[in-house]
Amino acid sequence: MTDRAMVDGMSPPRFFVPLELRAVAITLALGALGYTLFPDDLAFLTRLISITLLVLSLDLVTGYCGVATLGHAAIYGVSAYVVGNACLAGHSDPLLLLLVGAVAGAVMGLVSGLLVTRFKGLPQLVLSIAVGQLIAALANKLSSLTGGSDGLSGISPGRIFGVYAFDMYGRTGYVFSVAVLMVVFVVLLRIVHSPFGLLCQAIKDDSLRARMIGARVYPRLVLMYGVSGVVGGIGGALNAINTGVVGLDSVGFERSAEALVMLVLGGAGSLWGALIGSIVFQVFEHYVSAANPFHWMTMVGALLIAVVLFAPKGLVSLGGLLAGRTASVLRRRP
Amino acid sequence: MSQSLLELRNVSMSFGGMRVNDDISFSIGKGERVALIGPNGAGKTTLVNVISGDLTPSQGAVHLAGVDVTALPISDRVDAGLIRTFQITRLFKSLTVAQNVALAVMQRKGLTRNIFSSPMDRPDVRREWERALGTLGIAHLADRQVSQLAYGQQRLLDLAIGLALEPKVLLLDEPAAGVPSEESSKIIEAIDRLPSDIAVLMIEHDMDLVFRFARRVLVLANGKLIFQGDPAEVTHHQEVRRAYLGSYADARHAS
Ligand SMILES: Nc1ncnc2c1ncn2[C@@H]1O[C@H](COP(=O)(O)OP(=O)(O)OP(=O)(O)O)[C@@H](O)[C@H]1O
Ligand SMILES: [Mg+2]
Repeated sequence: MTDRAMVDGMSPPRFFVPLELRAVAITLALGALGYTLFPDDLAFLTRLISITLLVLSLDLVTGYCGVATLGHAAIYGVSAYVVGNACLAGHSDPLLLLLVGAVAGAVMGLVSGLLVTRFKGLPQLVLSIAVGQLIAALANKLSSLTGGSDGLSGISPGRIFGVYAFDMYGRTGYVFSVAVLMVVFVVLLRIVHSPFGLLCQAIKDDSLRARMIGARVYPRLVLMYGVSGVVGGIGGALNAINTGVVGLDSVGFERSAEALVMLVLGGAGSLWGALIGSIVFQVFEHYVSAANPFHWMTMVGALLIAVVLFAPKGLVSLGGLLAGRTASVLRRRP
Repeated sequence: MSQSLLELRNVSMSFGGMRVNDDISFSIGKGERVALIGPNGAGKTTLVNVISGDLTPSQGAVHLAGVDVTALPISDRVDAGLIRTFQITRLFKSLTVAQNVALAVMQRKGLTRNIFSSPMDRPDVRREWERALGTLGIAHLADRQVSQLAYGQQRLLDLAIGLALEPKVLLLDEPAAGVPSEESSKIIEAIDRLPSDIAVLMIEHDMDLVFRFARRVLVLANGKLIFQGDPAEVTHHQEVRRAYLGSYADARHAS
């Protein structure tokens, strides 16, 4: 009884600063773990981080605002192309390129948000697909900017802070990516726990009720789309910076759909869910597709079905359960 | 006559060909307590939807403190102090009880634009949501998830959100319906203790509650306002008895 009351008394916001510190510690630990597990495959890990940013970005609009979208890669891909072009035009400072990606993403996010959040349900979903397909078609057509189906290549960013060059083993790129992910993650934790973040969740729960407490729903959703655009844009920028090429796949429908699958796998509506989902999916894909190139999609399908059946709120809900148990066991000890 | 806070002028609302509200006019002044009664399907909730801005009337106008708000979005009406609760509770299910109320407080104070700070920690916000929850006797549930609440407790929370918005005009759609007696007495107490200067329009089927609460009664039947006046007169009104009160009025006369 008293135990229960104690748990109830601990609302997350009061542990705000430790929550952020925990996020820093966990992202750094994951970064170190990745480095130890895949020392020869840092390119895979940097790609994983870049996609993780896309999934986090998607979580902001889908998980936190309830917006149904299958066109989110448009944000990611357009930013990657813009960053690629900026670099080819001679602006090669990686931090500047990150900023360029963030701005391009913000613009894409705001434009998508203005269109997509006007609608609800199926029309919204279809519109998001249409926006995505439009961008993909444009990327294919405007080959002077995108390289068409050959992709945009030859992107070679300069040194970070003018000191650390991107090396062929991808070490610099990896450390850079982990640092970016960490910063973005901590900032996003603040945003989703802010009054604005709470309001977005309220809108997702019941938009009429939110209106009846005075909320302006549409501008709020568009703003969150803008924030999401920044995050997705940073993801796209990392992709361009680390791989040196941007292909049509980065704007494609499949990228959007896969991001949604990762989000659902990990748990939509939780930043931890987005993080876990994209890591588990991509590591799984990495191993299984290498072991069995023909049937790996089947196995991914099986994994998804299992998660949807046994943990419909995503892998993160299992984690929460586990953490809760551990915490109460620890607390019971003197 | 006190200053009119809410005024309806010839409001009609149709769905397809069906007139659910038919040429309704009335006004409610500062500090007034008005009950809106009528049989099921009479159009009471629809009228509240029109007033609150969820529906745009087919004809007529809604005025709030002298200003025509018929074309204004819901949020502008809320800012002007027009607050409603729902016949069937609507809450933010993924938030805690405290967050539900705190969000209303922060929205009222214009804090929901804030995208980078911790919301619940501000002492002024905290004081207000604690008070609203305390008024309805659910302060001990503050950190519960809404989905863990019993229905009666959810009704209390719905009203707490309304109170936290500091209404000038409060529309209550059957606040005590479906609520166990323990909680309904909390609701009645809270309604009794509302600031005396606000205008309250309450839809209610429980006539004992109506007589206790209202200084004026509006009766809606088939979308038309068939009576408005003193609660004492309503039981004598032939049409009202026929349309709605029936046995209740007879019982009252008998006793
Ligand atoms: N959005 C809508 N579209 C079509 N018809 C509607 C709509 N909303 C309400 N109605 C109809 O309008 C009529 C009045 O409904 P309303 O909910 O206003 O009644 P009420 O007086 O609140 O009844 P109750 O006492 O049962 O709550 C009903 O016949 C209902 O079916
Ligand atoms: Mg009703």
